[in-house]
Amino acid sequence: MTSFPSADIIIQITYLIATALFILSLKWMSSPTTARHGVWAGELGMLLAVAGTLLNRGIVDYKWVAIALVLGTIIGVPLGKVQMTAVPQRTALSHAFGALCVTLVGTAEFYLRAPNVPRFMMSVLSMEVILGSLTFTGSLMAAGKLQEILDQRPITYKGQNIVNLGMLAASVGVAAYLVIHPDHTYLFPIILVIPLLFGMMMIVPIGGADMPTVISLLNSYAGLSAAAMGFVLDSKLLIVAGALDGASGLILSVNMSKAMNRSFSNVLFGAFGQEQIASKGGKEERPVRSATPEEAAGILAAASKVVIVPGYGMAVAQAQHKVRELYDNLTKRGVDVKFGIHPVAGRMPGHMNVLLAEADIPYDKLLDMEEINGEFPQTDVALIIGANDVTNPAARTDASSPIFGMPILDVDKARTVMVIKRSMGAGFAGIDNPLYYLDKTLMLFGDAKSFVGSIVRELSGGGTHG
Amino acid sequence: MKTDLITSLYVFMLAGFIGFEVIRRVSPLLHTPLMSLTNALDAIAVVGAILLAGEHKSTLSTVLGTIAIVAATSNVVGGFLITDRMLKMFKASRSPKP
Repeated sequence: MTSFPSADIIIQITYLIATALFILSLKWMSSPTTARHGVWAGELGMLLAVAGTLLNRGIVDYKWVAIALVLGTIIGVPLGKVQMTAVPQRTALSHAFGALCVTLVGTAEFYLRAPNVPRFMMSVLSMEVILGSLTFTGSLMAAGKLQEILDQRPITYKGQNIVNLGMLAASVGVAAYLVIHPDHTYLFPIILVIPLLFGMMMIVPIGGADMPTVISLLNSYAGLSAAAMGFVLDSKLLIVAGALDGASGLILSVNMSKAMNRSFSNVLFGAFGQEQIASKGGKEERPVRSATPEEAAGILAAASKVVIVPGYGMAVAQAQHKVRELYDNLTKRGVDVKFGIHPVAGRMPGHMNVLLAEADIPYDKLLDMEEINGEFPQTDVALIIGANDVTNPAARTDASSPIFGMPILDVDKARTVMVIKRSMGAGFAGIDNPLYYLDKTLMLFGDAKSFVGSIVRELSGGGTHG
Repeated sequence: MKTDLITSLYVFMLAGFIGFEVIRRVSPLLHTPLMSLTNALDAIAVVGAILLAGEHKSTLSTVLGTIAIVAATSNVVGGFLITDRMLKMFKASRSPKP
């Protein structure tokens, strides 16, 4: 390092301020009223840290740095402007980019330092590279599945976990050998390639319903790999940022696994797709009651309290704007309308909230599972749009059900339940939902968007002066 | 070097605790923007990439560093942009209706 002490101090101070701003940034995310300040604090911190780094006297050539910064901006802007429905795949893609950066830096650092890499350095470097490369391919696969470039269905085969764990063990083993014998540089590519493969294999058994957990977990890995990079470069700023991101991803993964009734170790070891195989026994034809948009509109107009439960089906049908029209219409009639949102509704944590907020539904009407569940007994109508397993009362009552124990929205406690659904086909997990056969349940068969549209037409045509 | 290492471990541990405490308080309402924001902040790794590309210690390190800057910068720019776009959409009810 050839930088003069004074410049060095300035750089370190910019890093220190950036670290504080990053923590504040996340602190302000706690409430929607301050959250945008959080973004600004983050931006300011980033700007300071980058500016400080550019002052470093060790930088002899700015040409490639400048070109890369411009190129990254050109790629970043469209990624910041994707449609809200594409946010899950965008997020997965950005985890891949973050991990790519970390992996490349780690690789370069290894070859710059080899063969004399101290043991601790080699350990964190291996961690950085292993976590980085498995997150890179894993996130790309997840993004591909979410974008439906790849088949969304989980692919499982016998011995999958053994193969996957074997790959992980092999890369950790090679890394351990490198820690002791860092001069065997020819081994280094192995701890790049195996985790790259492992990342792909890890996502192969993952289906769409598991995506919220997987994205959170990849988020955590991306953060931890960045923290490891901080150890390698001896950058406290990077250690803090990585630790914050890792903690955030970890909290979200734990939340998601709880919401799906999976043990945390089940999540950690990536055995996600396993419990998907549902018992399809006892598939007798039971009668259901169905209703027309007209009838549904009548019931909704007569209600005084309605809770709408959206699921991924709403996102697929792009029904959120029609739902907003329904919300407006009912609210104008004096009906109390709220939304009950399950933690794993959609394809990533908070997915439904973003879609509904985009449709201009006030956020104070969006309630999470714990908040809304107490309100169902006083609710006249629970209207379910494109959600299935998260409303399945079998999770509470039927110990033989694959989802038994999963926390659900207690929609069956409402006076009337209405379910908008394409057909009687089973949900994503292939589990039959006893909710549909209750006397109080009305099935509204059709496409979510057009059915909600019809209800809105009935409401505004039928009783405008009502 | 050894004390540096211990200091770094302390920093990591403390930041981890702060992270848990701060992020536990984030409402589930904002979990999607939270993830895009932490992603943008995580891209501070760009700092390491800039040094790598700029110090020009070897061709390999310059090439890898340059690609790494591109990847991280796109996360910084895209991450902050989309987080702010999402947060702008979250509005409270205009006024509680009588």
